[in-house]
Parts: sequence; C-alpha cells; structure tokens
Amino acid sequence: MTTNSPHAGPTHKAVEAGVTLLIALFGAIVVYGSIKAGINWGAEGPRAGFFPFYIGIFIIASSAINLWNGLRDGDDGLFAEWGQLRQVLSVVIPTAIYVGVMPFTGLYLASIIFIGWFMRWLGKYSWLVVTAVALGMPIVTYLIFERWFLVPLPKGPIEEWLGL
Amino acid sequence: MEELVNLFHGFAVALQPFNIMVMVLGIVLGVIIGVLPGLGGANGVAILLPLTFSMPPTSAIIMLSCIYWGALFGGAITSILFNIPGEPWSVATTFDGYPMAQKGKAGEALTAAFTSSFVGALFAVIMITLVAPLVASFALRFGPAEKFAVYFLAFCSFVGLSKEPPFKTIAAMMIGFALAAVGLDSITGQLRLTFGSTELLNGFDFLIAVIGLFGIGEILLTMEEGLAFRGGKAKIDLRVVLQTWKEMPQYWVTSLRSCLIGCWMGITPAGATPASFMSYGIAKRVSKNGHNFGKGEVEGVVAPETAAHAAGTAALLPMLSLGVPGSPTAAVLLGGLLIWGLQPGPMLFVEQKEFVWGLIASMYLGNLVGLIVVLTCVPIFAAILRVPFSIIAPLILVLCAIGAYSVHSSTFDVVLMLVFGVVGYLLKKCNYPLAPLVLAIVLGDKAEEAFRQSLLGSQGSLGVFFSNSLVGTIMVLGLIALFWSAIQEGYSRLRPHSVA
Repeated sequence: MTTNSPHAGPTHKAVEAGVTLLIALFGAIVVYGSIKAGINWGAEGPRAGFFPFYIGIFIIASSAINLWNGLRDGDDGLFAEWGQLRQVLSVVIPTAIYVGVMPFTGLYLASIIFIGWFMRWLGKYSWLVVTAVALGMPIVTYLIFERWFLVPLPKGPIEEWLGL
Repeated sequence: MEELVNLFHGFAVALQPFNIMVMVLGIVLGVIIGVLPGLGGANGVAILLPLTFSMPPTSAIIMLSCIYWGALFGGAITSILFNIPGEPWSVATTFDGYPMAQKGKAGEALTAAFTSSFVGALFAVIMITLVAPLVASFALRFGPAEKFAVYFLAFCSFVGLSKEPPFKTIAAMMIGFALAAVGLDSITGQLRLTFGSTELLNGFDFLIAVIGLFGIGEILLTMEEGLAFRGGKAKIDLRVVLQTWKEMPQYWVTSLRSCLIGCWMGITPAGATPASFMSYGIAKRVSKNGHNFGKGEVEGVVAPETAAHAAGTAALLPMLSLGVPGSPTAAVLLGGLLIWGLQPGPMLFVEQKEFVWGLIASMYLGNLVGLIVVLTCVPIFAAILRVPFSIIAPLILVLCAIGAYSVHSSTFDVVLMLVFGVVGYLLKKCNYPLAPLVLAIVLGDKAEEAFRQSLLGSQGSLGVFFSNSLVGTIMVLGLIALFWSAIQEGYSRLRPHSVA
C-alpha cells in the first residue's frame, strides 16, 4: 500500500510529546483567558476567572509531568504506519469537506455525495449499490427525524426547490 | 413500604402501551448500536437524544435507558462471534467467549452471556430500588460544601481507579473542566474564555463532545486498524438455552461476586469496563477451573458479563440520587434530564416521583425485554456485522453529524464534533482516558458553583471542606481514592515477598 518502506511512520514518543505540548498550550490559553476575566475576589466573592485559572495551572503542571514521563520511559514503537495514517486522513479530509459545505448545501445533498463518494472510492461498490444506499439513507433519515420525531435538519436550495 | 407502593405506580407507568413500544424500540436500537463498531452506548444515546425532545420525559428516559441496556447486551454478540468487542466493556468477554464459539459452542456462550447480563442488571436494579431513595433523602441535607465533596470524591476515584497513568487522567479531566468553564459564568454573569467569539457564548455542549470523542474518534481508530470480519455462526435454539440455564446455577458464587464488584465499580465512577476486567481476573484466580480460563470456560463469560451489566446499571444510582453520573452514558442521560427540564439530584425523588419510579420499573422490564430480544434475534444482529465497514462508516459519520446538529440546530456544532473526533483519536492513541473528560464537561459548572458557594460562606478558607464530620469524611475518602495507586505501590514495596 505504502510507497516508502512499509513499516515506517512517526514514533509514538514524538507524537505523544506533541500532544502533551498542545495540551499544555491549551492550559496556557485557559490561564490567559482566566486572568483577563479576573482571578481575584470581587464584591460577589471569587470572580469569573478564579476557578478556571487553577484548572489551567493544573493542566500545565500535569502536562509537564506527562511530558517528562513520556520522554523518559515512553513507548519507543511506532504511533502508526504512514499507510494507516493515510487511511485515517482519507476519512478526516472528506468529513471536513462534508461538514464545511453543510451550511450551504443542507444536510441531505451533502450526505448523499459523502456516502456515495465513500462507498465508491474506499469500498469500490457498483454504482447501483452506491446509489441505493446514498439515496436511501437520507430518505430514511428524513422520514424518521423530520416526519415522525419532528426534528428539523439543515436544508439547502434543493430542498427549498422541492418544497420540503 | 412507601417505596414498594411507588414502585408499583412506576410499573403502571412503564406498562402503558406507548412506553412498552419505546422500550422495545430502544432495546432493538441499542443492540444494533452495541453491535456496530464506532457506535457505543454513550454516543449512540447522544445521537438519538434529539428524537426524544418531543416526548414526555418519562417515555424519553425509558427509551434512552433501554438503548443503554440494548448496547450492553449487544457488545457480547460481537465479542463471542467475531472476537471483536463491540464495546470496551465486552473486551473481557472475548477471552473465553470466542474460544467457546470456535469449539462450536457459540450458542452456549451467548446464552450464558445474555443470562449473566440479565442477572447482573437485575441485582443492580434491586439495589437501586432499595438504596437510591435512602441516598437521595440523605443527600437532601447536603450544603454546597458537601456537594463539592461528592464531586471531589467522584473525580478522585477516576484518578485512583483508572488503568491509565494518573497524571494523564488528571490532564484529561482538567481539559473537561476548562471546556465547561467557557462561556457565561453562571454566578457573576460575566463572559470568560470566549476570546470574542459569539459561537462560544454558550460554551461547549458535552453531547457534541461525546459524539465527537467516542463516535468519530472510534471510527478513525477503526479505519487505522483496518477491519476484517470473520466470524462464527450464530444460532440459538430453545434446547441450547435450556441446557445452558440448567448449568448456570453452579456458578452462583462467581455470579454473586461479579454482581457485587459490578455494583461497587458502577457507583464509584470506574464504570463497566474495569468492572468486567476485575471480575474476570478475580474469577480466574479463585475458580477451581481457573487454569482453563482463556480456553473457553463458561465461567469466564459469566464473570465479566455479570459485572459489566451490574456496573452499567448501578451507574444510574448516583446519577438519580446525587446528580453525579457514574459513567459517560449515565452522563448523557443526565444531560437529557436537563434538556427535558428536570433538575437531576435528590429533589427528583420528591418532586418527580412518577418519573423516577417509572424509570426504575422500566429497568426491570427493559432488561427482561432485552433478554428475550437478544436470545431470539441473535442471527439478525450478527448479520448486521457482515455489512462491510466501508458502508457502515459513512452512515455512522452522517448519523453523528445529524445528532450533533440537532442538539442546538447549529452547523457550528457539527464542525466542533469533527474537531473533538480528531482530538479524541489522538488522546485515545496517547492513552488519555476520555470518560473523565466528558464527565468533567457535564459536571464542571455544578462543581465550580458548589466550590465557589462554599468559599463564599467561609470567606475563602479551604477549611470549610473539613468543617464537619460528614464533609470531612467524604473529602478524606476522596483523597484516599486520589492517592490509591500510590498507596498500593507503597504497600507492595513494604511487603515485597507478597507481590505476584
């Protein structure tokens, strides 16, 4: 599957260190936002940033320990092979596009294309099966959510044109 | 005896035709959710939660809790037939369930698993019926300091009991608390951590987090592993069922022990997964057939299944009586209560008798219905698993998107869901537990409120958390739970010869 050596990929240690640093960064943002909201005592007791400030401190402190532990005796193996990560991205990227266009096309059209693409590209099904599932699922969804349980879902120009 | 009268009223509520219908629907949906990879109890319930917005709260909770029971049953099917745990709590069931299926004893294994699930759940429901009203009436006297102490105990138990490294548990938990703090501060009415974004005004909804972390994250993990199903045949006929039931009573000691482990682990928020492992481990050590464990021993199916189901059910006890959910799925149910306009906590038992007892009665009935459904329909559910993942995956992704959208009718939430999904994938791969993160998002605001109110009363002195024997005891228990692994380590160092 992969073009380079089949068992290559980022090491677990490196990815884990990266994740830990991101968590610490998140903690720093929380601390910064809390200080802006006020961390001392006001007229009505502890101010809005009081509690999250200490939460942020805890995040940074525990991340520091996790980073230390991870680098000292972490997992030396692979996080995942490049081919596996490519598999993961082949889901993440289309899903991101799907989620991104949903406000403009509505849920139904986006879902039909998404399911169809997924089955045709990754599953290599015949067009007949692809069409059946890609059209069937949104129709069933429409009946269950909008008709029976009265939950409105996002719609785009096509649904408007159909008068749904 | 007032409880008994209440329980009978509850049965009258649960036996209304509409409620029976949603019960069966919930169980069937739940088993499907349990069978499908990527859809679990917590995110399955979260996705289907919007369907209940237009229902009366009692029917809504019956349907959602039945989805939960169904998911608990469903996990066993895939573990035994395909060696693929549909749910984390059924991992331990694969150890002996799959070897049994390979020996051609799939029917026995499934019957044993379903029956022990039922026994575990029944034990836990009886316990809830007897204990929950007492806990609730006791908790009615809690002030803010006691409330905070209960939250403290719940979160400390996570750190002490989870198998992940303690500082990773703390980090995950604190991320949850920080996400809960975003938006409007309920006490001062001030905005915080929104950084000028209007989308963040209302903070992060934990339902979105659950759908992303557990749903999308799980799909990404499955994609990475690349799934290939090759499974045994599933067939259960009445003869096999009766035969297995005849053998079951001889495992009553294992069964009872697993019930107790399950109830304990369910009430403390350790949850069903560690309960099933612990129960399996102890049964292996204690049983006279222990050396056969892992080769297809019925007892090795009974132990984890009983404990997992007891724990899953018992997790509702603290949710109902204290407003502290014992598992992510219980947390989603608690979120449902808030959406239907009910205030979780001890007052439920006073103000919403019909709701509480209707739910408890439905737990008896739902598990019975569940047992019948799974025993009779196993082949159908097993067939679902033969549908290739490249069809299942996009359908589940679309379902997750629908669920995330319909919580607040917001497309921004769908984007957030995907972000949570990628984060969930990375955290899971790096061995961070997700359950405490979710629970912290749910309980963050309440814990903070209790903490700040306590400090207000004491003029900022932390001594308020040790000011009377009740709050002091809960806090000390919390501290013991927090340092539990360190205590254990210290103990085993003191007695090096007793370490296995």
